[in-house]
Amino acid sequence: MTENTPTIQEFIEAPPRVNEWRRFIRVFFQRKLVLFGLVILSLLIISAIFAPWLTPYDPYNGNLSESLAQPSSNHLLGTDIQGRDTLCRLIYGARTALIVGFATTLTSAIVGIVLGIVAGYFGGIINMIIMRAMDALMGFPMLLLALMLSAVLGSGIQNVIIALAIAMLPGYARVMHGLTLSVRENDYILAGRAMGADNQRIMLNHILPNTLPPMIVLVTLQLGTVILAEAGLSFLGIGIRPPGAAWGGMVYDGYRFLLSNPVLSFAPGLAIMLVVFAFNMVGDGLRDALDPRLRGIL
Amino acid sequence: MESLRHEYGLDKPVMIQYFDWFGGLFRGNLGTSIYYHEDVGKLLGDRFPITLHLGLVAFIISNIFGILLGLLAGIRRGTWLDAVSTTLANIGITIPVFWLGVLLIYTFGLKLHWLPIYGYTSPFEDFWLNTKQIIMPVICLAITGMAYTARQMRSAMLEVIRQDYIRTAWSKGLHERTIIMKHALKNSIIPVITLMGMGLGMVFGGAVLVETVFAIPGIGRLLVTSVFAQDYVVVQSGTLLIAAFIILCNLIVDISYGWLDPRIRYN
Repeated sequence: MTENTPTIQEFIEAPPRVNEWRRFIRVFFQRKLVLFGLVILSLLIISAIFAPWLTPYDPYNGNLSESLAQPSSNHLLGTDIQGRDTLCRLIYGARTALIVGFATTLTSAIVGIVLGIVAGYFGGIINMIIMRAMDALMGFPMLLLALMLSAVLGSGIQNVIIALAIAMLPGYARVMHGLTLSVRENDYILAGRAMGADNQRIMLNHILPNTLPPMIVLVTLQLGTVILAEAGLSFLGIGIRPPGAAWGGMVYDGYRFLLSNPVLSFAPGLAIMLVVFAFNMVGDGLRDALDPRLRGIL
Repeated sequence: MESLRHEYGLDKPVMIQYFDWFGGLFRGNLGTSIYYHEDVGKLLGDRFPITLHLGLVAFIISNIFGILLGLLAGIRRGTWLDAVSTTLANIGITIPVFWLGVLLIYTFGLKLHWLPIYGYTSPFEDFWLNTKQIIMPVICLAITGMAYTARQMRSAMLEVIRQDYIRTAWSKGLHERTIIMKHALKNSIIPVITLMGMGLGMVFGGAVLVETVFAIPGIGRLLVTSVFAQDYVVVQSGTLLIAAFIILCNLIVDISYGWLDPRIRYN
């Protein structure tokens, strides 16, 4: 509802097309939770980029005489067993979360989109091979698949990214496959073909742009899922090697001192939850702003 | 060292090792664990019932509460009930299950001393102790599935109560209970059933984390230990077992569609 209803004269003189961009901005920023999500994500990105300038302590080498210090004005969230400042490691952990989140999502989205579009566009045997392979991947619980792949690939941040990217692949391929099937039937695709466009041109210039809004929403929502999965893996001790900081691993390390220093476990867990929540809220907001019909599909 | 390598077949090329394992599969022989020095079939057989027990209890609880929460939120849209249910669903989707486990242990185990914080006892040995031990792990395993079910149920319910046949039911003067239970619930449950197949996957994926937090000797814990011990035979066989179980459950879900909704027919 706009605040002042336009008169008939204004209505007639108004441009026929609603300004899409302004409508997007209005719907997107309408919800308070979306704004909250944006604030959290900005904080996350700022801490990840400016980590060395934001933190007064070394996140990797602690002061052993200050081991397991309680929260104080010097160490706002206390220190761990090696005397490393918790807040400081939390801020460096944001880097790990963001790097793994974006690298994984980018890799799996690109490969998944290519697989989905090719399968949906060509159909037939190609479709069968690709989609059955995706079904096989879907048969495994995501975390289990990532765990198994990490076991084969070994530890290290790039192997976690590869493992998670493979585990996330079927989600993108399936959605893209479905979208391609529906977009392919449009008249403008037929028109494009009549004008002599080849397969590659139709896929890249006609199908892909028309599937972008739902894919953008999916990517945003999956970022939260990836960060949650990465936290799970690092909780199990897979992924970034010590002394590197990852939130899931920090929860596990603090677990042993739960009774004396609960903040060691509580703080990183809360950070994971807030970030995942933020990505979900921004994703939901994007979905409602880009295309409300997607509600219930994504 | 050489004789050990030979005993476990590690001196053969990887592909041959894999085919050996694959061949054994059909003869019911999963091989021998390198780390536990035990038959893999026996290892899995000992631990699978524990994971299954926790998983099924969590699965049932997550569906009952998820459907109930989503139903209430859907039919009382915009009220405090809807707000509570939606908030719970949002928390359930975003909370790391292992962290929830840590929070529960801190509150109910270490501070209040109400529940034991780790371990698993067979329900046939000590039913009461078993019940107390599985409360917290089951909550952790159930929460994510419950949240997704509640969300799906809510939107399905909102869709269904707008339909003409619901208006007809109201205009016939039917009781609200009858309309919800007989007309709305039945028609909104199909997408939730679809989700159940996925929910089972989530329960087993979560088992890896939850069994680590609560030191439960189930298949999830076994897999994590085996990954670190590089005990590939166990990892392969355990993952295969879980995948086979999930595929079986999805098959049951697919077949149940036809039974729940006579419009769906398989040729």
